[in-house]
Amino acid sequence: MKLTLHVWRQKTHDAKGRFVTYSISDASPDMSFLELLDVLNEELTRKGEEPIAFESDCREGICGSCGVMINGKAHGPEKGTATCQLHMRKFRDGDTIRVEPWRSKAFPVIKDLVVDRTPFDKIVQAGGFISVNTGSAPEANLIPVPRPIAEKSMDAAECIGCGACVAQCPNGAAQLFTAAKVSHLALLPQGQPERYRRVQRMVDEMESYFGSCTNVQECEAACPKGISIEFIARMNRDYLKGSFSG
Amino acid sequence: MILDPKIPSGPVEKKWDRHRFEMKLVNPANKRRFDVIVVGSGLAGGSAAASLAELGYHVQCFCYQDSARRAHSIAAQGGINAAKNYQNDGDSIWRLFYDTVKGGDFRSREANVHRLAQVSVNIIDQCVAQGVPFAREYGGMLDNRSFGGAQVSRTFYARGQTGQQLMLGTYQALSRQVAAGQVQMVPRTEMLDLVVIDGRARGIVTRDMVTGEIRSWSADAVVLATGGYSNVFFLSTNAKGCNATAIWRAHRRGALFANPCFTQIHPTCIPQHGDYQSKLTLMSESLRNDGRIWVPVEAGDPRIATEIPESERDYYLERRYPAFGNLVPRDIASRAAKSECDEGKGVGHEARGVYLDFADAIERLGKPAIEQKYGNLFEMYERITGENPYEVPMRIYPAPHYTMGGLWVDYNLMSTVEGLYVIGEANFSDHGANRLGASALMQGLADGYFVLPYTIGDYLARHMGEGPTPTDHAGFQAVEQEISDRVQRLLSSNGKRTVDSLHRELGHICWEKCGMSRNASDLEEAIGQIQALREEYWDSVTVPGSGEELNQSLERAGRVADYFELAELMCRDALNRKESCGTHFREEYQTPEGEALRDDEHYDYVAAWEFGGAGGEPVLHKETLQFEDVPLTQRSYK
Repeated sequence: MKLTLHVWRQKTHDAKGRFVTYSISDASPDMSFLELLDVLNEELTRKGEEPIAFESDCREGICGSCGVMINGKAHGPEKGTATCQLHMRKFRDGDTIRVEPWRSKAFPVIKDLVVDRTPFDKIVQAGGFISVNTGSAPEANLIPVPRPIAEKSMDAAECIGCGACVAQCPNGAAQLFTAAKVSHLALLPQGQPERYRRVQRMVDEMESYFGSCTNVQECEAACPKGISIEFIARMNRDYLKGSFSG
Repeated sequence: MILDPKIPSGPVEKKWDRHRFEMKLVNPANKRRFDVIVVGSGLAGGSAAASLAELGYHVQCFCYQDSARRAHSIAAQGGINAAKNYQNDGDSIWRLFYDTVKGGDFRSREANVHRLAQVSVNIIDQCVAQGVPFAREYGGMLDNRSFGGAQVSRTFYARGQTGQQLMLGTYQALSRQVAAGQVQMVPRTEMLDLVVIDGRARGIVTRDMVTGEIRSWSADAVVLATGGYSNVFFLSTNAKGCNATAIWRAHRRGALFANPCFTQIHPTCIPQHGDYQSKLTLMSESLRNDGRIWVPVEAGDPRIATEIPESERDYYLERRYPAFGNLVPRDIASRAAKSECDEGKGVGHEARGVYLDFADAIERLGKPAIEQKYGNLFEMYERITGENPYEVPMRIYPAPHYTMGGLWVDYNLMSTVEGLYVIGEANFSDHGANRLGASALMQGLADGYFVLPYTIGDYLARHMGEGPTPTDHAGFQAVEQEISDRVQRLLSSNGKRTVDSLHRELGHICWEKCGMSRNASDLEEAIGQIQALREEYWDSVTVPGSGEELNQSLERAGRVADYFELAELMCRDALNRKESCGTHFREEYQTPEGEALRDDEHYDYVAAWEFGGAGGEPVLHKETLQFEDVPLTQRSYK
């Protein structure tokens, strides 16, 4: 495959960035998108140029490290697929592809396609846990969890924290991420004691970094794990309830 | 040096209880006086950091990823074992202990394995309390499945992503302690060396991966939880960033490296499809429950799978191992696939693959049942290969997956450097020569939640009032200087070759000569080739960019330099072990039927290697293993 890539290059957080064009003459349709960048980077390195910095780790779509905007779409054209699992057979010979870092003020660029997603950690630190010390847990089967509830909680827990929801949102909102974290625990019996305190704290923390949700629903479409916006409704309900009960 | 494993006396089932009583305690008010460094934030590191912080210690936790939640424990699919016996099928702590020792082909330490089986039940309790959404039955109770050929159902799971869910549990516990100010989380930072002063681990030297700053961190004890070294093969199921630098630098500073040749090759991975391949993807082993593995009878058969009639297919596992069939342990399944491909019967890219066929299962159970069980795996397969496994058989091939070898530790998980603890995959202790499925998650969490928090107290209590060494101590300064020089040396190398191209070449040598089967002449040749390539490395590599910025080439260059040394030790260990056991298959030592031939008389020991200086020969130390409770037997899966 012959491809033309326009890739965002930015040396540091403070430096001015720009698109640089690269031509690729022999991509294989069986390559993953990141392998395409690997091959390009090998070529750049051999020529003595600096390779493109981008993030990836497991390359199995589960660690959430990778993620770039591909032709304006977070993680690219294939639904339910993280960048590392996107393969070149989803493109056509001769295509031009624009590659950018996540678009969000809350995720500042560190270099090229690498951004800082620390605010996600901050949201979890604000309350995204169940306060149980090691050793103090009761026997596991003393806490029965109805299967549909466990499954629903698991649906939310599938979030890989990649940031695609924020990157795709025109408001740069993190509602889907936060709602997934909140709902995963709020659905389970173990999560009840801290349910309302948790949602208050997490939402407040979220709002100090991210934009507001206006129900555009782009987040759900971009999510590589297909997390449903239904969880945002759940989160909002709990937040409201929590603010009445104080 | 005399290796003392410090195994407590008494019957195996009483050892841990007795030891817990005999260990010194640190008074609750004094715990805040101690600083502990934890390197790595996966299941082992994250659980240790959180648990130590809950106890009151001050913890600094480091990870190379941008967030603690991304550690590679996240990729584990299958599940986690625990001897709960919820299925009433005859499981017990003793049975899990027995299975693990036997599965490890009698090259692990009985006392450690028994403790692992004991605390396995606490792990499940802990994880459920944290909100890990394990699979449930309709009555609300926890569901289990049989995994990796086990005869009982003791595996707990959360869809196909048990690792990620357990990981989120530890990450949440860790986040709680970060918020409480008990843990200082230091992401995007890699440990480049260990600082040892007067024989004790006093701290580490790191590089900030964003600014390039090299700095020292001091503490009363150092815990390494940095995972395994499968990436020595370049292509493996590990994450791209997984590396052995922390354990290797510790090894160079005095920690013995045990059984480096015990590397597990996982049988069900998606085969390589091109020279640009960056990693290999594992497909859960649970697929072998319903899939049938076969190759064409005729070598080089050009037909596509669906055109090959039943009579011209060889279901070689079912033929060779009628009792276990497609469910034989990992090492056996992997070797069998290799030997079929070596005979030219392989399929797909470069004939390095075998079929995993679901046609029978779909006919027997119906497509919806298969979809419900394996839907997400089938989807993943199709996404990567572009082939629909409901219609054509999957192609699979073994890939490096897990390393049983690692830094030697005693019963307390302390290495041969005082004050340096090693937990999770980074140590060697529990899996012997072969790890059973769903046991890695169990060991990582056992070490971090329920073993280290006790044993580290015993060490710290003995050093009450001493305090950490200041980082302006000459010992820290010297190591910092060494690291800065090394970084500069890599950056100033004016070679022509990329780091990856050299790493690929190293990986190829290891895979061909120290992979699924090994022999003396190959290993000797490999050692020579690795040495030659290592010599060349420092002159031929090119590392663009500077040291004062995010520089991914530089990060990789340092890691690969360490892999060169580790690879050589791995081959030396494989050469030394003149027997076949578990994953270590020496062609010279096999039964007439081609099965592994163990030599308990001469090799029933842990091979713990001491660093022999740059370019020097490593020195072998032996910890003799004793099997008092699980009698030595030959594994048979026929």
